[in-house]
Amino acid sequence: MDLASLTIDSARSAVQQRKTTALALAEAHYARIQKEDEQIGAFLTLSKERALEQADRIDRMAAEGKPLPPLGGVPVAIKDVMSTRGVRTTAGSKILGKYIPPYDCTAVARMEGAGAVVLGKTNCDEFAMGSSNENSAFRAVCNPRDLTRVPGGSSGGSAAAVAADMAVVTLGSDTGGSIRQPASFCGVVGLMPTYGRVSRYGLIAFASSLDHIGPLAKTVKDAAIVLRTISGRDPMDSTSASVPVPDYVSELEKPVRGLKLGVAKEYFGEGLDDEVRHAVESAIEELESLGCEIVPVSLPHTPYAIPTYYLIATAEASANLARYDGVRYGYRAAGVNSLSEMYRRSRDEGFGAEVKRRIMLGTYALSAGYYDAYYLKAQKVRTLLARDFEEAFRKVDAIVTPTSPTAAFRLGEKSDDPLAMYLADIYTVTADLAGIPGISIPCGETREKLPIGLQILGKHFDEATILRVAHAYERAA
Amino acid sequence: MKVTEKDVSYVADLANLELSAAEHAGMVRDLNSILGYIDRLNELDTSKVEPMAQVLDRYGVDESRQGSERFAYANREDVVEGLRESLPQEVALENAPDSDATFFRVPKVIER
Repeated sequence: MDLASLTIDSARSAVQQRKTTALALAEAHYARIQKEDEQIGAFLTLSKERALEQADRIDRMAAEGKPLPPLGGVPVAIKDVMSTRGVRTTAGSKILGKYIPPYDCTAVARMEGAGAVVLGKTNCDEFAMGSSNENSAFRAVCNPRDLTRVPGGSSGGSAAAVAADMAVVTLGSDTGGSIRQPASFCGVVGLMPTYGRVSRYGLIAFASSLDHIGPLAKTVKDAAIVLRTISGRDPMDSTSASVPVPDYVSELEKPVRGLKLGVAKEYFGEGLDDEVRHAVESAIEELESLGCEIVPVSLPHTPYAIPTYYLIATAEASANLARYDGVRYGYRAAGVNSLSEMYRRSRDEGFGAEVKRRIMLGTYALSAGYYDAYYLKAQKVRTLLARDFEEAFRKVDAIVTPTSPTAAFRLGEKSDDPLAMYLADIYTVTADLAGIPGISIPCGETREKLPIGLQILGKHFDEATILRVAHAYERAA
Repeated sequence: MKVTEKDVSYVADLANLELSAAEHAGMVRDLNSILGYIDRLNELDTSKVEPMAQVLDRYGVDESRQGSERFAYANREDVVEGLRESLPQEVALENAPDSDATFFRVPKVIER
């Protein structure tokens, strides 16, 4: 079976027409994982029993001639920050190394409700904190395109699983770029929806005003199908919006001629690799030749996005991660004599270095005497960053930028320098802060054959337009 | 140096983290490096800018109205929506590092 060419529609219709079975598709992917994943490290846990049960259910539907749901029989994988009932969910952390959730994340339940077969849980940076997947407590993930390089992060396992044909699509999460940047590094499509578009119920919280769930896929159409499946109001998440969900798939076919695409000089400045710049500029020319109008826009506060992000995200994380205390679930240190010693030692032994660094930074930024200078200041600059986009979107329908300033870097290259690692997110964090949607699609390769990503940013709840532009580019390129 | 060793000890205490001596030294270095970069926010005059606590505050807000009326878009009927049953006690205790059949068990809280 040629797994590389499988998409949601081709997999589903092959099962529907009895050319193959959901069981055979799942087993072919497990065989691929068995063969490839020792080198790559994309999976932390396989959920075979659950997958085969679901595959069997889909196969019985197909045998009875019933129409399959949109993801019927499609093998998928889930970033290990989304809770799965009865299947270990670690968030890439030792502190949750043995945690087995008693309930399902809404996005996962919706995927399964639409017929998807969940193969397993994908590796990630601990609590989704990282840009290289080297912060996983279990192992680093290697980029399938070059095993000496990182797959990006924090959804590195989800991106690598798609790139290496170990799943047709995956779910990831994006707080500062964690879907789009690894998609860019691994040469796949990655979509971060608008804040509130997709329920986060059952997502292990990192920074609640910034966390998003979204798909990683081989094609823009597959990303659109998954988005349509997981979007919409969920009573279990008060931040999920009651905004109607359009049919993202039929919207793909609308023409792009006449759309206005903004290009901001702030995304093409110092630090942008020449090969990435060249590929992105060529992609913009291609979009122009498809009839889009290219309009210069300004996003003047862009240089302040990374410092703003690292105050807000860490402040929220310090509060969210306070729940890991060794009492109700998770790791507890042995041989402790008092409650406070139990808290401190469990957290010290359970959390990795980057997580501790962020808890410390966030706690510092929220502490008495520093709140106004750091946390409140960052919230005010966040307003300025959001206004930049509001201004720009008065003039344009979408904004095109590089996804990341460089292609995939080497394993170990930035792991000793937290600040250098943070700058890998320089083109992605602002969309998270403003809550707007963004997609990364492949737009060429470097001389060393490393993928380059084009990012398309859109207005709140206007995923349809960025998907349409991405689809038009994908088809032309 | 903005962040001293004493600051790190104080913040670690607030955060319930017990840092080793090596972690402590690394933390002083890293926090100073990151906060040095963060200081560029002071280039911006934000004295007249409202803080943004979260995204949905901006989406659909009616600026022409006052107080909580500005957020009328987010109103909903005061009815129980989608409430699920609580976890049964034995399920809630399944992941606990230590428990009896009824309670989570922890080391002694009050020292004599």
